[in-house]
Amino acid sequence: MEKKDIIQSFKDSLFTGLIALALFGPIVGLRTVSKGEGLFITPQWGVVFLLVGLCILGRFLININSARRTEFKIFSTLSSKFSSITEDKAKHFAITGILFAVVFPFLPFTDRYFMDVAIMILTYIMLGWGLNIVVGLAGLLDLGYVAFYAVGAYSYALIATTFGWSFWICLPLAGVFAAFFGILLGFPVLRLRGDYLAIVTLGFGEIIRIILINWYEVTNGPDGITGIPRPSFFGLPFKRSPDEGETSFHLFFNLEYSTMHRIIFLYYLILVLALITNYFTLKIRKLPVGRAWEALREDEIACKSLGVNPTNTKLTAFAIGAMFGGFAGSFFATRQAFISPESFTFIESAIIVAIVVLGGMGSQTGVVLASIFLIGITEMFRDLEQFRMIAFGGAMVLIMVFKPKGILANRKPTILMHGDKK
Amino acid sequence: MEYFIQQLVNGITLGSIYGLIAIGYTMVYGIIGMINFAHGDIFMIGAFVALISFIIFGLTGVALPIILLLVLLIAMLFTACYGWTVEKLAYKPLRGSFRLAPLISALGMSIVLQNYVQVSQGARVKPMQPLFSGGLEFFKNSEFIVTVSYLQIFIVVLTVILMGIFTYLITKTDLGRAQRACEQDRTMTALLGINVDRTISITFIIGSSLASVAGMMFVLYYGVIDFYIGFLAGIKAFTAAVLGGIGSLPGAMLGGLLIGLIETFWAGYVSLEYKDVAAFSVLIVVLIFFPTGFLGKPDIEKV
Repeated sequence: MEKKDIIQSFKDSLFTGLIALALFGPIVGLRTVSKGEGLFITPQWGVVFLLVGLCILGRFLININSARRTEFKIFSTLSSKFSSITEDKAKHFAITGILFAVVFPFLPFTDRYFMDVAIMILTYIMLGWGLNIVVGLAGLLDLGYVAFYAVGAYSYALIATTFGWSFWICLPLAGVFAAFFGILLGFPVLRLRGDYLAIVTLGFGEIIRIILINWYEVTNGPDGITGIPRPSFFGLPFKRSPDEGETSFHLFFNLEYSTMHRIIFLYYLILVLALITNYFTLKIRKLPVGRAWEALREDEIACKSLGVNPTNTKLTAFAIGAMFGGFAGSFFATRQAFISPESFTFIESAIIVAIVVLGGMGSQTGVVLASIFLIGITEMFRDLEQFRMIAFGGAMVLIMVFKPKGILANRKPTILMHGDKK
Repeated sequence: MEYFIQQLVNGITLGSIYGLIAIGYTMVYGIIGMINFAHGDIFMIGAFVALISFIIFGLTGVALPIILLLVLLIAMLFTACYGWTVEKLAYKPLRGSFRLAPLISALGMSIVLQNYVQVSQGARVKPMQPLFSGGLEFFKNSEFIVTVSYLQIFIVVLTVILMGIFTYLITKTDLGRAQRACEQDRTMTALLGINVDRTISITFIIGSSLASVAGMMFVLYYGVIDFYIGFLAGIKAFTAAVLGGIGSLPGAMLGGLLIGLIETFWAGYVSLEYKDVAAFSVLIVVLIFFPTGFLGKPDIEKV
């Protein structure tokens, strides 16, 4: 590296520092604080100088590195190795993963907290797999997926509290309702181009949330629905002291009563639901409609000229994705026993989309890895709630910039003409 | 009738704010074909910069018109820096990537900006003492007195002035010509010796400064802001851009006015709770019947 280059990159870093000062100066440096009647300014110049210093240093290091062109090479070879390893052994990984998930509740270190986190991760995995049908296979960016999750949760809650039907009747009904909403929304908007679709689905998600908040007579508004029935083990409830003429789970199997029974049951419930979603996706990819989804994702015009009806094909993807969202929603409702519009904000949609995109659109294993990564990290940094979301958004940007196809890119069509030739 | 006129006045004021934000969406869409999802948050940053400078200048006791001018310039300058940086960091590396990549990157940027302001400025709403008071009153002898506040006049007049400057910039100057050339064919423009990257950067700078003006108006008009205002305002402004035909500048202004009017009339005559639903429903209906908006060019797909 020549001296000229160093001076050049030094100047460049100073310029970066100037910009950073303009960015952080007013917003970070001058914090507005309400005191009594008015707003006052509390300066925080220390933080600003720290941030600006970091920016200058970071830029300088990047400049020096990019002159040598090493850093990015390392990054890309590492990641390509990573994806080739996992793609070869995807099957082994899947089997080990499922086995681990099955024995997980009985491992010695597993406690209540681990189970709760595991249930949450599995819920997101299921949502991710459901959305993967829409985003990964059919290539439709849906930013309002949480709407179907909400529809599923609310229809389960309303049916179960009004008619008192069991979980196993309400679950499919909730899925049907969610799929119906998917068709209702999809029918008019699916002929739109990708980015319009994203915004319209986002708007739809917000409409559902606003309706949930304001339609007080049915949804009980912002207070939400309480007392949603818990699921039972094929008719055996998880209660310490069952009602007259009823046998509860621990009495039937002659076990000591423990709240863990219900948690473990919920865990297996969501595990089975998620695996059904996965199995369904893997199978439907091999059917004509699954092939049509992938073909549409790759080239819509070619599909049209070959006689594929794009709107109907997209509609099936949308409805099926919505149905799985509805299943996950009813599981959420029965686990929490309480739902309110608070749980169905836009940020949930963003998290699910991030899981799918981060994992590599279309990759089932990627969704699992991304869910564990994102939710696990979130749990670890629970105390740093706000910084967590900055890191989350930043990760989305960084992954798009450095690896636009996700951790495990799987955009390979399931079948190619002329076999394995590239 | 008086009530109708009052709603009309309120709607036009609100529409001016949406229109100014919508220009940013439509310009960026026109030039690089992406929805700048973080634009609503740029508007929010503009509102915060304006609020902070209002507090600082409010303590000095300078005359009101000078304060307004200074705050306007400061907000535009600092917010433009944000627009420029966001483009450099999150969108420029993705040029030529697949269609959804910049959109997802923008989504991430929007989350970052929102939480960044939440962390640095606090999550609570920020109220500001009103700077303007009074207004003109009409129909004084009827039951309902129509009030046009000086603030509303200020907002509409400022919007008209900015639109005038902006239209001149786009239609008459070299910069505007370069911009329109980039919209039509980026490769050809580059071959003819125009710095495409620079032109795109300037587009972001202009869009962000206009959004910051909207932010300043928002602070003055509502008197309360928080870190979350960018989300709804952004979506409504995007709706406005689509309504007028995305990529068309007069369309953005027209769409902004329409959305402002629809929202105010909906809130005034139908129901206050569902006023946000109105904007989204309009978006869906417009996209179904006029996918190209009112003033947009038809979108021809090339193989």
